[in-house]
Amino acid sequence: MRKETLIPIGPYHPLLEEPEFFKFYVEGEKIVDAEVRIGYNHRGIEKLAESKTYDQDPFLVERICGICSTSHPFAFVRAAEDVAGIQIPERAEYIRTIIGDLERIHSHLLWVGLAGHFIGYNTVFMWAWKYREPVLDIFEAISGNRNHYGMFKVGGVRRDIKDSDIPALLKAIDEVEKFCSMLTKAVMDDPVIQARLKGIGILKKQDAIDLSVVGPVARASGVAIDVRKDHPYAAYDRIDWNIIVTESGDIFDKAAVRLLETLESVKIIRQCLKQMPKGPIDADIREVGVGEGIGQHEAPRGEVFHYIRANGTNFPERHKIRAPSFMNVPSFKKTVIGESIADAALITAAVDPCYCCTERMAVVEPGTEKVLLTGEELVKLSQQKTEGLKKR
Amino acid sequence: MNILEQIRNRFVDKIGIMEKSAKRVYIAVEKEEARELVCYLFRDLGARFSIATGVDTRPGIEILYHMAFDANDLMLTVRVLVRKPELEMPTFSDFMPAAEWIEREIHEMFGVKFIGHPNLQTLLLPDDWPEGVYPLRKGTFESEKENEEREN
Repeated sequence: MRKETLIPIGPYHPLLEEPEFFKFYVEGEKIVDAEVRIGYNHRGIEKLAESKTYDQDPFLVERICGICSTSHPFAFVRAAEDVAGIQIPERAEYIRTIIGDLERIHSHLLWVGLAGHFIGYNTVFMWAWKYREPVLDIFEAISGNRNHYGMFKVGGVRRDIKDSDIPALLKAIDEVEKFCSMLTKAVMDDPVIQARLKGIGILKKQDAIDLSVVGPVARASGVAIDVRKDHPYAAYDRIDWNIIVTESGDIFDKAAVRLLETLESVKIIRQCLKQMPKGPIDADIREVGVGEGIGQHEAPRGEVFHYIRANGTNFPERHKIRAPSFMNVPSFKKTVIGESIADAALITAAVDPCYCCTERMAVVEPGTEKVLLTGEELVKLSQQKTEGLKKR
Repeated sequence: MNILEQIRNRFVDKIGIMEKSAKRVYIAVEKEEARELVCYLFRDLGARFSIATGVDTRPGIEILYHMAFDANDLMLTVRVLVRKPELEMPTFSDFMPAAEWIEREIHEMFGVKFIGHPNLQTLLLPDDWPEGVYPLRKGTFESEKENEEREN
């Protein structure tokens, strides 16, 4: 008889505090099989979007995600503009680019902080979240909000950036760059973090292609895809920046890709602020028309995909939304099997899933459903492993 | 040779290509040919499976397979009609693991049965969701029942 133990993790992720339920089957400390259950947070937004106008939908889809709140409106307005077949004013393209990449910085810093906390590096957590704050200040200066900016509309953006604000914004961006490069160096050069994160949770390149994963998860496994480069939009093709690609696909590489990308985003924002042409910010579209449209945007977690079928009314007939995590989360089956329980929660969080995992992880004896280990104990297990490495 | 020519040469008159723009191409295909076409795009031409969309229409559920060609800046959509009332479609998850989740989603939201799928349990809806209720269909559950009764 196989001695297999079932570990349910969820329905809250221990690290990200969003609902997602993992079941791990373990032999001793080694994970031999895994299942996932999602849907705890399904709000029927695709259906709801059919009953809202093209002006209301950007606000609706902005509320899909609280962290990368601009990604969905960005993809939605591009889908609607694809139906209508229109070009938006150049200045609006630049403002969209600035918003899109500011968001990438704060989202990546948030993940790095949480990952640091989870491996018992609370200094990383404090730093990353402290340095995320000035990014939110820049958002507030531009849009009036720290999150949910309400900047996007079909045909352009809702708010302009005042020329008189640009010197102050450039200065703030310089500060952000200083923090980001310091943090990147500190994390990537740390021998304990290297020992803790290298070689675990590996996603092989072929698996990444078969599962069609997107964003930093794909790029960490050597698949050089980025919507901003491959399907140029907004101002991304008028600016000098690089895709960050690494080869090994482990957690360290996923962290490295995210950290280095914050520096590329700083480059993008700085050039946008400097190059931005004067002019209108809205194409003032009256009708979307009839037809089909596809909108993509490279969110912090990868490609966001929106499809709209328009029937000539003011409401979309069908609106399909695909968040990047929908493609990235299934990769856990390839990354988690064969690893130890102490790494499980970190690996499932390494794809930066944009919904949930567990503060109530528990190790349960099969059949009896008796709880052997609680979520807090599992977090401790992970932190103890790091402590052990430090002493070595 | 560009991608569209390769597809045209191989499938000749089995497909209808609609070029909306240089970056957005839609290919209509019968259900019987869809598997071969998508397999060719994914395995031989190296497309990335972006996602599939289900759309409820009068004759059946339309499924759109969005295949991204990242190196060519092209989004190619394969359009298949799965006719009512059978609503059966072969699974693509065997050669394209990326399709496993979205097929489960289309199954629970529209009631399309993917033949050969390894696990068609609910993904997003609760476990006690009533059978035969499909949230993303256009009509209400009651109106569909009435239609069925009238037809019988």
